[in-house]
Amino acid sequence: MITVSHLYVQAAHRSILRDISFTIPEGAFLAIIGPNGGGKSTLVRAMLGLQPYTGMITYASTGTTEVTGPTDTTGPADATRPADATRPADTTRPATSEGPTYTKSIARAEGPIGASTGYVPQIKTLDRTFPALTEELVATALKRRWPWRIDNTCRSIVAEALSQVGADHLMGQAIRNLSGGELQRVYLARALISKPAYLFLDEPAAGVDVAGAADMLECVERFRHALDATVIMVTHDWDVALHHASHALVLNQEIISYGLTKDAMNETAIRTAFGHEGHAHGVFGGGHHHA
Amino acid sequence: MLTASLAEGTIMLDVLLEPFMLRALLAGVLLSALAGYYGVFVVQRRLSFLGAGLGHAAFGGIALGLFLGIQPLWIAIPFTLLVGIGIAWIRDNTRLAADTAIGIFFSVSVALGILFLSLSTGRNADAFSYLFGSLLSVTTTDLGISSVLVGAGLATLPRLWGDWAYATFDEEAAKVSGIPTRNRDLLLITMLAATIVVSLKVVGILLVAAWVVVPAASARLMANTFGGMTRLSIAIAIGTTVVGLVLSVALDVPTGAMIVLVQAALFVVIMTTSRRS
Repeated sequence: MITVSHLYVQAAHRSILRDISFTIPEGAFLAIIGPNGGGKSTLVRAMLGLQPYTGMITYASTGTTEVTGPTDTTGPADATRPADATRPADTTRPATSEGPTYTKSIARAEGPIGASTGYVPQIKTLDRTFPALTEELVATALKRRWPWRIDNTCRSIVAEALSQVGADHLMGQAIRNLSGGELQRVYLARALISKPAYLFLDEPAAGVDVAGAADMLECVERFRHALDATVIMVTHDWDVALHHASHALVLNQEIISYGLTKDAMNETAIRTAFGHEGHAHGVFGGGHHHA
Repeated sequence: MLTASLAEGTIMLDVLLEPFMLRALLAGVLLSALAGYYGVFVVQRRLSFLGAGLGHAAFGGIALGLFLGIQPLWIAIPFTLLVGIGIAWIRDNTRLAADTAIGIFFSVSVALGILFLSLSTGRNADAFSYLFGSLLSVTTTDLGISSVLVGAGLATLPRLWGDWAYATFDEEAAKVSGIPTRNRDLLLITMLAATIVVSLKVVGILLVAAWVVVPAASARLMANTFGGMTRLSIAIAIGTTVVGLVLSVALDVPTGAMIVLVQAALFVVIMTTSRRS
């Protein structure tokens, strides 16, 4: 369960997020939707500890007591890192089985949640000049640093992760040669390899063809059901949100609506968030894409 | 004719076995390994200008040392470290980009260096040995410091190399994995600054940036992995430095220039033969 309460993000005297409070139940699939510049990615970045904020974000696994006050955030981030998190693929979520409860009051963003989160960033940020093979990128999730070389144990875990997302043929390929869709899959394999309790996806469909995006979301769904993971996805694709998400958060600097997808994505909320007043085309279910 | 060339060969061998030459060779090997090692981060992070900036910052420190009559390295190392930290601070805390910060520190350090040199009399020869590099000036102390730096460099291999490489590839992903990237950046700049300052006696202030950048750039053209790039860069740096050193003695030309020319020649060969894949 993730609880966000009274979260504010400001940058250069401009308010990006205002008084955001919501709770994501364990095992939910949350779609964060809203207009460009509405703070979707910022919210996810704050939840990942990449963005300074005020307010409180609490990660609590089922069976643990939720911490209500801020805990010490001054300890080195290294303390939360496994020394070398290479572990066999058949174990279940080691980080969450210990029931970590993670709270930050004011994040100064130096590596927060560690092994219990997987993150598929927007692929447009990738440095394609970096000399790297697919398996190295995936192995960063095991090693939690860049691998000097890939040993056989690591290689077989990586191969299995790649095959789970239908990307085994990408072993040995230089990442600069991968298409957007292939890269997205590699990132997904990387995010899934440590069997995270929380999986964050930032615009996973951007730069990927429709069939590729659908395949990828199926992988995400399979993973969520198999491990009872919580998925948080930024998207501006209505159909994707409606078909896959259990919960939706409509966001435009503040929360417009939040709840079960069918309740939260109501006509009023969408109109308020996007200013779609007077738009003639149907918003829901018509294969309509807001790119 | 034959006797003459044999005699020349013997003289050359004698020179190579002179203690000053052995010191220079050993220091060259140790420091080039470090330059090749840290150079991969400089190249991949697009920080080539940082090498030039830190080299010129060292000039300010060295001139201050000469002016105060203190062993220049003891002033230049902390001076260059401070400049490196200053550059990182400006980049992280102002709206200015790193290259602007480097440009500012670069010129201020050179201006200070010129000022201190003009105030100190009779030390200009020493200053020249730092500007262009001088084999004769490599001392046992320099060798000792180089060995300590290599030890520190080896100590970074098991953990810090992977942290630095991950942050080089994607800083945010590294942060999400729990790597304290700012702290790691400062460590990297510290190690790089120390390597550059101590390397000045071998290659000189004017060429130290090339000595850090060129082997890594050559390695980048050949390697498919960052680990491979690092290993190749170290090997190329050591190889070209030894060849350059020996050639500079044989041809009686300045060492730093010869080393960098050998490195550049190899770079051209690799660039023209390796296909972009």
